[in-house]
Amino acid sequence: MPGNTGTYLIRGASILGGAPADLLIRDGVIAETGTGLSADGATVIDAAALVALPGMVDVHTHLREPGREDAETVETGTRAAALGGYTAVHAMANSTPVADTAGVVEQVYSLGRAAGWVDVRPVGAVTVGLAGEQLAELGAMADSRARVRMFSDDGICVHDPVLMRRALEYVKAFDGVVAQHAQEPRLTAGAQMNEGEVSAVLGLTGWPAVAEESIIARDVLLAQHVGSRLHVCHVSTAGSVEIIRWAKQRGINVTAEVTPHHLLLTDDLVRSYDPVFKVNPPLRTDADVQALRAGLADGTIDVVGTDHAPHPSEHKECEWAQAAMGMTGLETALSVVQHTMIETGMMTWADFARVTSTAAARIGRLEDQGRPLEAGEPANVILVDPAARWTVDPYRMATMGRNSPFKGRELPGKVVATFFKGHPTVLDGGLNTPFPYAAAPAGAA
Amino acid sequence: MKHLLSTQDLSRTNAIRILDTAEEMAAVGDREVKKLPALRGRTVVNLFFEDSTRTRISFEAAAKRLSADVINFAAKGSSVSKGESLKDTAQTLSAMGADAVVIRHWASGAPHRLAATDWIDAAVINAGDGTHEHPTQALLDAFTMRRHWAKLAGTESEGADLKGMRVAIAGDVLHSRVARSNVWLLQTLGADVTLVAPPTLLPIGVEKWPCEVSYNLDETLAQGVDAVMMLRVQGERMNASYFPSTREYSRRWGFDDNRLKALDRFGLKDTIIMHPGPMNRGLEISAAAADSPRSTVLAQVRNGVSVRMAALYLLLSGDTREAAAAPVLASAGAAHSTKESN
Amino acid sequence: MTFVTSAPVPARTVLNQADIDRALTRIAHEILEANKGSQDLVLLGIPRRGYPLAVRLAEKIAAADSTVDAAAIVGQLDVTMFRDDLSRQGTRPPYPTRLPRTGIDNKVVVLIDDVLYSGRTIRAALDALVDLGRPRIVRLAVLIDRGHRELPIRADHVGKNLPTSSAEKVRVRLEETDTPPGGTPVNEVVIEGGL
Repeated sequence: MPGNTGTYLIRGASILGGAPADLLIRDGVIAETGTGLSADGATVIDAAALVALPGMVDVHTHLREPGREDAETVETGTRAAALGGYTAVHAMANSTPVADTAGVVEQVYSLGRAAGWVDVRPVGAVTVGLAGEQLAELGAMADSRARVRMFSDDGICVHDPVLMRRALEYVKAFDGVVAQHAQEPRLTAGAQMNEGEVSAVLGLTGWPAVAEESIIARDVLLAQHVGSRLHVCHVSTAGSVEIIRWAKQRGINVTAEVTPHHLLLTDDLVRSYDPVFKVNPPLRTDADVQALRAGLADGTIDVVGTDHAPHPSEHKECEWAQAAMGMTGLETALSVVQHTMIETGMMTWADFARVTSTAAARIGRLEDQGRPLEAGEPANVILVDPAARWTVDPYRMATMGRNSPFKGRELPGKVVATFFKGHPTVLDGGLNTPFPYAAAPAGAA
Repeated sequence: MKHLLSTQDLSRTNAIRILDTAEEMAAVGDREVKKLPALRGRTVVNLFFEDSTRTRISFEAAAKRLSADVINFAAKGSSVSKGESLKDTAQTLSAMGADAVVIRHWASGAPHRLAATDWIDAAVINAGDGTHEHPTQALLDAFTMRRHWAKLAGTESEGADLKGMRVAIAGDVLHSRVARSNVWLLQTLGADVTLVAPPTLLPIGVEKWPCEVSYNLDETLAQGVDAVMMLRVQGERMNASYFPSTREYSRRWGFDDNRLKALDRFGLKDTIIMHPGPMNRGLEISAAAADSPRSTVLAQVRNGVSVRMAALYLLLSGDTREAAAAPVLASAGAAHSTKESN
Repeated sequence: MTFVTSAPVPARTVLNQADIDRALTRIAHEILEANKGSQDLVLLGIPRRGYPLAVRLAEKIAAADSTVDAAAIVGQLDVTMFRDDLSRQGTRPPYPTRLPRTGIDNKVVVLIDDVLYSGRTIRAALDALVDLGRPRIVRLAVLIDRGHRELPIRADHVGKNLPTSSAEKVRVRLEETDTPPGGTPVNEVVIEGGL
């Protein structure tokens, strides 16, 4: 167990939105819970109006480093993560070079440790160079210091059915999971936005829902056939929710993720031609948004993943067709989920903890994340002020990306404190200091 | 009206105002001195990211007839990495003092970006963006139809709309900015529009458009039409399985000689045949149809200049700058309006 | 753009229907006198209200000289596109320009307008005329001259000189142009605002 991370007494926080209790954090773990705990030697945090939740775990983050340090670095991206309430992120493999070898995933892992704001868990590429032709050295990445368990060509679909089958089979050897970016490439050649009423008017090449749904349907059947574990990234259509619901009813080992933006925004926003709304998969219709919310509430969709995708401004300040796809999300995820799921009465804070932490840690096989807020558990804890209201200003965020689609919106909920391994990375709503790996004993990881 | 980006947000009043103004502009073309001083000292930039000699010279003629200075800017770079970005180009034109930017772009929505951002303060006219819209083409089509419709009714064009006119638009609707702009504008002006196309060349979502959709050109003609607009079939569609062969396309969806005769057989003696050009003779339109007295192809070209003069005049002479100019010019404005306003 | 003033403005009538008619009769006779007859006369009204005034004047000339066909000597000259102050005005479509069949080359063109003020409209009209042909003589007749000229322009025939302050507004209302739908025809000149 790590030491030297100080002692904090969180007083009177509503645990997962339930009854208030005190949490005593000492030496990286939750030492004690209860009421009226002694503050002896501890820094006391009055949390009377705050909700205590397990640190959030993002299954889908683009940190851009190595290769696109003009868009984001591990340092800036993980600062954003800590501010957003995260204690772990899965760094997607589409860096330059691609994270398709043990060397690259270990580099990203080390950068994460050097930054010290959250656990950075690299995702390994499924295929060499994301080229969709040859399996990457999945085993080597799994065995590396980064202990990769999630593999994804995210950004590109593993569309070759044979290759997808092999990947699903192969990762069983080390309890891995293939996270599929479900996008049939031929049906989406040149696609710019959701295909439907709005694309017809705007004259932008349509991105049909069936391009996502057909791949998901194929993959759940493949996962069933080979008895492996499949994760579906950023589910965006009502039809996809139906297919995953059907697969789960059949006992297929599939998990699914939805992004905060797909829970709130629709393709109607594209009418502005503002590329801040350009994203892959595209924003869909209101019917899809409602189906995704229902799917998340009933457990069909397991987790919220941000698909945080920062881009330099020149990649968004241009014509729609020229613009890069992607939106930032780490610092707005909690607020958007509170707004769309909790304030609508579809979910409780305990459900929130499940979809943003517990289930996400289980998919990524992160043993010390997403744990209950109980004595003896690792102290990955956040404090949230659910009554706070704030207006999104991308220029006041820690991420380098200014491409927040929520710009100018008023949203509820604010992360007041983030404890990562018992150390406050965020205090009073602002960045504190990173976790002192150097000061901690070797076993701290 | 500060910009002309789309016909979808063009009100009936503004549409008719443009068409009426175009009638007066057309009259100038009949005079000995075919030039008006209205835009003297104003700079109009033709910013073309896609080749279109026809549209560019039409706008150039329009601007010059109004005495504007014209700068032609052909920016053909197709990617950020290769060429200058739209933002940099716009800021350059802004620094050069452009009052209006006529933009043609292969990317849908590029004119909207120019108008919505602070990259440039000029009036923006969409001269065709991707597969989105081509509002001045639709206006010149409507102008041509309105003259025809008014002549049949024995009335003046000015102030009139297209109420009751039956218009068929046939061809590649999916990729056609001309079709989109026409559907919205013709609906605003009261015409009844039918789109005729193979199902592969109609967008998903077309059922929400304010028009009828048909897969059968002969049936549409038999039901009676007052104008048939044939859309150009782009070469690159031919190898992408939108239709089996050009022969089958022209047989089912082209305006061929048999369909030209059919108009007579159906007693549609006043039906006009339109085409935005350039035509693929023998594919979407036969030579006989293109050259028949029913064809308005050349009138459309002629009317294009008048309509573009009207658009430039209304955008540049009017209240476009009033927000900035108002405090300084308040007294002068009041003085003139004493007798002009009512 | 047209602005409708909602607050009542103090107004006084300076010419009524009979006054206008008398003034036009006098101008018609002055025009014939200055031209020594109706030879080569063309009356071009400037929209909007100059045109009905031109029509009325032509009828009065025809009444005085039976060789004249009123309709054949009247035209309309739109000057919108020739103004030097376009951006200060609201946008409006130009009015049609219609010349008499005889054209204006070597004619005696009398420009007709309702109010002469800065002179800029008339300057624009002279430019417009140049593009249409070459009259032998151009004269100017107005119903009201309210002063405040900004250019060296004066009228040959004036219905009434009306000293005004620039804060005042001179409103000419003619039945041809200002009768509201279903309303009663009105012919008057009023001054609004000022002191």
